[in-house]
Amino acid sequence: MSADFLYGIEVIINGLMAGVLYALVALGFVLIFKASGIFNFAQGVMALFAALTLVGIMEGQVPFAHLINAVFGTSIHHFGWQVPAILAIFLTVLVMIAFAWAVQHFVFRHLVGQEPIILFMATIGLAYFLEGVGDLMWGSSIRTLALGLPQGGSIWVEEMTNGLGGDDFYGFFIDKLDMVATLVALVLVAGLVAFAQYTKQGRAMRAVADDHQAALSVGISLSYIWVLVWSLAGIVALVAGVMWGAKSGVQFSLSLIALKALPVLMLGGFTSIPGAIVGGMIIGVGEKLFEFTIGAPYLGGATENWFAYMLALVFLVFRPQGLFGERIIERV
Amino acid sequence: MKMKTLAAMALAGSMTAGTAMADLVIPDLSYRTGPYAAGGTPFSDGYQDYFALLNARDGGIGGESVRVIECETAYNTERGVECYEATKGEGALIYQPLSTGITYQLIPKATADNIPLHTMGYGRTSAANGEVFNWVFNYPANYWDAASVAVNYLLDENGGSLDGKTIALVYHNSAYGKEPIRTLEELSALHGFTLTQLAVDHPGQEQKSQWLQIRRERPDYVLMWGWGVMNQVAVQEAANIGFPMENFIGNWWAGAEHDVTPAGMAANGYKSLNMNPVADYPVLAEIQTLVHEAGNAAGDGSNLGSVLYVRGMYAAMLAAEAIAKAQDIHGVADVTPAMVRDGMEALEITEARMAELGMEGIGPEFAVTCQNHGGAGQGLVQQWNASSGIWEPLTGFISPDAAVIAPLVAEDSAAFAAESGITPGCL
Repeated sequence: MSADFLYGIEVIINGLMAGVLYALVALGFVLIFKASGIFNFAQGVMALFAALTLVGIMEGQVPFAHLINAVFGTSIHHFGWQVPAILAIFLTVLVMIAFAWAVQHFVFRHLVGQEPIILFMATIGLAYFLEGVGDLMWGSSIRTLALGLPQGGSIWVEEMTNGLGGDDFYGFFIDKLDMVATLVALVLVAGLVAFAQYTKQGRAMRAVADDHQAALSVGISLSYIWVLVWSLAGIVALVAGVMWGAKSGVQFSLSLIALKALPVLMLGGFTSIPGAIVGGMIIGVGEKLFEFTIGAPYLGGATENWFAYMLALVFLVFRPQGLFGERIIERV
Repeated sequence: MKMKTLAAMALAGSMTAGTAMADLVIPDLSYRTGPYAAGGTPFSDGYQDYFALLNARDGGIGGESVRVIECETAYNTERGVECYEATKGEGALIYQPLSTGITYQLIPKATADNIPLHTMGYGRTSAANGEVFNWVFNYPANYWDAASVAVNYLLDENGGSLDGKTIALVYHNSAYGKEPIRTLEELSALHGFTLTQLAVDHPGQEQKSQWLQIRRERPDYVLMWGWGVMNQVAVQEAANIGFPMENFIGNWWAGAEHDVTPAGMAANGYKSLNMNPVADYPVLAEIQTLVHEAGNAAGDGSNLGSVLYVRGMYAAMLAAEAIAKAQDIHGVADVTPAMVRDGMEALEITEARMAELGMEGIGPEFAVTCQNHGGAGQGLVQQWNASSGIWEPLTGFISPDAAVIAPLVAEDSAAFAAESGITPGCL
């Protein structure tokens, strides 16, 4: 096999794994849209906020320290303790659940029955509000996520495949963090699907997703289900924030990872959890393969962003509901 | 009675404002929020703290106190222009836009308003030609200087020859990131190295394709023109593919502490250019005592002495020196923006003066002239020591290749003059 062919395979493998990282972000969008019809513009900021909260708790940082110091003239920044990762993750999940309750209680409870565009606008407001609160609460500096996640290429894979394509092939590069992210994403999807299929709350969630009115008529609390769904989206956001934050440090540009999720949603559909994963993989492989074969050699590179959207648009033209989305049927 | 009290308070307030208008007004177009806040915050802290030090220690500049007006741009060009429009009426003496995008928008506006711009190490490179850009100054160095300094460093590392070597440029796919390409192409032809260009789309969180390409092609060196999250991801990806960090050199906007700390020990050995080495400058102790301990710090004090804090402080020092020079030239303390421009054009920074200011070695020596608004163009190479968490200067100040840079500046500025109907000349 030629080195070029093997490098093409390497690009496909890495594209698949990058796609899983995109899908992690897209999952949060799907959960909320499926249950409430809300396109949550704040999903990227939720990932940022969750990651900031996790690091803040782990480092024993005093929330709103700058504000407290400015108002009371104090100089406090840290509690003086470090919180173990597992406990910090648990506490962060609690914070995201509290956030979900607050969103439902103070925002969406008052917007029941409003047009989707109004709900969408509300999430835009929520995104900017949450970004500001995150800044006030934890500050704007870049933090290192010390969860001990593996980084770097797998030496074992590289050594096992080195020389397959002659002297010009240096073995496959597979990032260990991407492997972990893939594993986590698979567990997460399996967990979410199992939750939706086999638990009472999950079935109630699906009932609400199918028909709000019918679900209400059989005694399902819409309010409870929405809090549940926003909580799940918060947990998914935490996972996405951790995986992306491990690459770049936890910083405010994490909120922009939502941009990578949009073509995934367009392609995979807004209502399918497996669709988010498959859509992510198609986008990941598509954009990386295009960059490898055409973008970098002939177009000056940096084609991935626009190519992902173009690929999604092509799918959208032929299948507007996305690959796995529910078919849109209007009966007259 | 209540109304009278309110009226009295309003009058007192307006009188205070009137007094404040006589101060030396310096806007700080900062960005403490948004994706680039980690870079904008320390620079702004350093910029403001130095003026606070001058107020506390010297009563300002030439007896006139300095009033800094901070305006948040979030590194957004439209908001930067809004900040300019909102603050220029306050009597703004000099602008440091702190963004290439904002700079490009402000060049015609500031020129029309007769307010000088100082774009230190960023902005429009050919603004170094002061005969075309009368109101824009980019001393002590610009992007093209940076590219040449990096190549000169590599020449020195390779016994004076880069013939047959390959250098990959990983750049932010924006006007900023593309700035060094022309210079590097010229230098590539001159020195016989092969230049590979790898663009990274904004914001730069996903760079797998670029680093897989580097892993396949194995260039001898990688230069980086990055900003924001692109820097942290690039350092991590370089470490992931096992690229030798000592052969990876970022420009001076890719060489702060926060660019390397997320990668931990894997970032050890990464190099970057710098205009201002990090050192234990005596002025930092003065700021600590007279500004921070007095409760007047611009930020929370945590950035004191960091790379970008020092750069902000250095920028403030250059502005203060230009104002002092303007006061000398015109014989008045309450100078106008036009007078400050004259001060900038007559500015001379010497080792003796920097030592006197408690900043010995913080920047290169240079003198500004009408023809040269760009200064010496020198930069140094620093290396990250992950164990100690310190950027260590590896070299002294390295000069760029003026024979390559000067014609490029002349060509680009001539094109701008022709487009804008400017007849080159000194004011």
